[in-house]
Amino acid sequence: MARAVTTNRKITMTVIAWSIGFLIFFPILWTILTSFKTEAEAIASPPSFMFFNWTTENYGVVMERSNYFRFFMNSVVISVGSTVIGLIIAVPAAWSMAFVPGKRTKDVLMWMLSTKMLPPVGVLIPIYLIFKNVGLLDTRTGLVIVLTLINLPIIIWMLYTYFKEIPVDILEAARMDGASLRNEIIYVLTPMAVPGIASTMLLNIILAWNEAFWTLNLTAANAAPLTAFIASYSSPEGLFYAKLSAASTMAIAPILIMGWFSQKQLVRGLTFGAVK
Amino acid sequence: MSTQHSRSAARIMISPSVLLLLAWMIIPLSLTLYFSFLRYNLLMPGANPFVGFENYSYFLTDPAFFSALTNTLLLVGGVLIITIVGGVLLALLLDQPMFGQGIVRILVIAPFFVMPTVSALVWKNMFMNPVNGLFAFAAKAVGLQPFDFLAHAPLASIILIVSWQWLPFATLILLTAMQSLDSERLEAAEMDGAGPFARFFYMVVPHLSRAITVVILIQTIFLLSVFAEILVTTNGGPGTSSTNLTYLVYAQSLLNFDVGGGSAGGVVAIILANIVAIFLMRMIGKNLDA
Repeated sequence: MARAVTTNRKITMTVIAWSIGFLIFFPILWTILTSFKTEAEAIASPPSFMFFNWTTENYGVVMERSNYFRFFMNSVVISVGSTVIGLIIAVPAAWSMAFVPGKRTKDVLMWMLSTKMLPPVGVLIPIYLIFKNVGLLDTRTGLVIVLTLINLPIIIWMLYTYFKEIPVDILEAARMDGASLRNEIIYVLTPMAVPGIASTMLLNIILAWNEAFWTLNLTAANAAPLTAFIASYSSPEGLFYAKLSAASTMAIAPILIMGWFSQKQLVRGLTFGAVK
Repeated sequence: MSTQHSRSAARIMISPSVLLLLAWMIIPLSLTLYFSFLRYNLLMPGANPFVGFENYSYFLTDPAFFSALTNTLLLVGGVLIITIVGGVLLALLLDQPMFGQGIVRILVIAPFFVMPTVSALVWKNMFMNPVNGLFAFAAKAVGLQPFDFLAHAPLASIILIVSWQWLPFATLILLTAMQSLDSERLEAAEMDGAGPFARFFYMVVPHLSRAITVVILIQTIFLLSVFAEILVTTNGGPGTSSTNLTYLVYAQSLLNFDVGGGSAGGVVAIILANIVAIFLMRMIGKNLDA
């Protein structure tokens, strides 16, 4: 900026922006604070903001009573599993489309994206019935399969936009020097592709962790991840605010932290490279 | 230069993805289409006779369908208006010089990472509850009668919750777009005497139009399928006042076990989503050439 900014204006902007930021963040902050209150304090009138007796007993109760660890592990297995399998399938595809584009590469990419536009409810019944017949209903395997498939187009697209930015000259130079396709991938491409793959992975774990259509409809007791666990608080247990808050805080904390690291990738990943 | 060798290798590398997505698309879709022409209810086992378009005429003439369609449009439209107007304003604000910009960004973007069931339940119980919610406290504090949001304005309440979740997304994308606007040009316009409103409407908004289009299209895809928020707050009620198309099809198929009717609804949902998808694909396709 060439223009000098007056300090007054900067302070005013700071105050406005911080107030609005606080307001938007408030529901999350309030949930975290409430999780450290007793049930009585959680519904006290007037509500106390900071000055209450801080306690961690809600976390203990939630973990103990509801087998929290099992839900948590289901979430981890389903989100990480589907992302890793998706990457294994997608990396070769994105690699070949970015570096050996054919006449129909663009059509293939667009078609892959179009599968993402399929509303889940349009295929809910067949998937449900197939899963029921082959015994995949309420299993981690079943959910990993579904989430892999629904996120595969996003994974391919994100990788594709990252791979596109790797200079082809380097690959050609390697080829001139007699590097085989295998060596080219291992020694030249991989080191340059790792950051893009890591960002793709991060964003997809977030998406899979928060996915709440298939996880709610295809699970019951065994494979239910945290989304379904929290949904079970909808009534009447949800009226225990402190416990609901503790469960919610534990469910969102890991992903909130990961999400803050992936701000930039979020924009390009979710807009399929249309906004960078 | 791609050789014959590398081209056939490329084909092998791409085929697993293509085959999987092809299977994921064709098998369930053709089954949905097939079921939609059968009288098929899981509670009444036996023959599932072919009934032609009966399921469709039943689904499309059901008053619940009309209200679900209206609710879907209101939900998508309402959230889009709130998030885009709010997003543009927030992006403008965040683009100003200030102290601690990074932290404000982190605060603003946080709701996007909260899983739908958590945000819906937190809003429902801790804010909108007419007895113990914060809004009820606030109303009582200024001498008003607490308002039962989810009972008396269920759809508006859900729009509020979903907007809170999607505002960060719109803000982040619009902010990214705004940061690519050349500030020198804005300053030049200012020196030429363009006021803040003129600069906003004639320079900032046109620059953002592409990002706004992207936000509209992508959010629409996701907003057409809002489900968890409705399931944990109102269950689509009271009556069908907060049932959207996704929830209606879910209720028809997994609560009433009406496979035929649910499938017909699914096909209708697919057709509606496709109308939106065509526009989105064109947008992104154009960008691919650039």
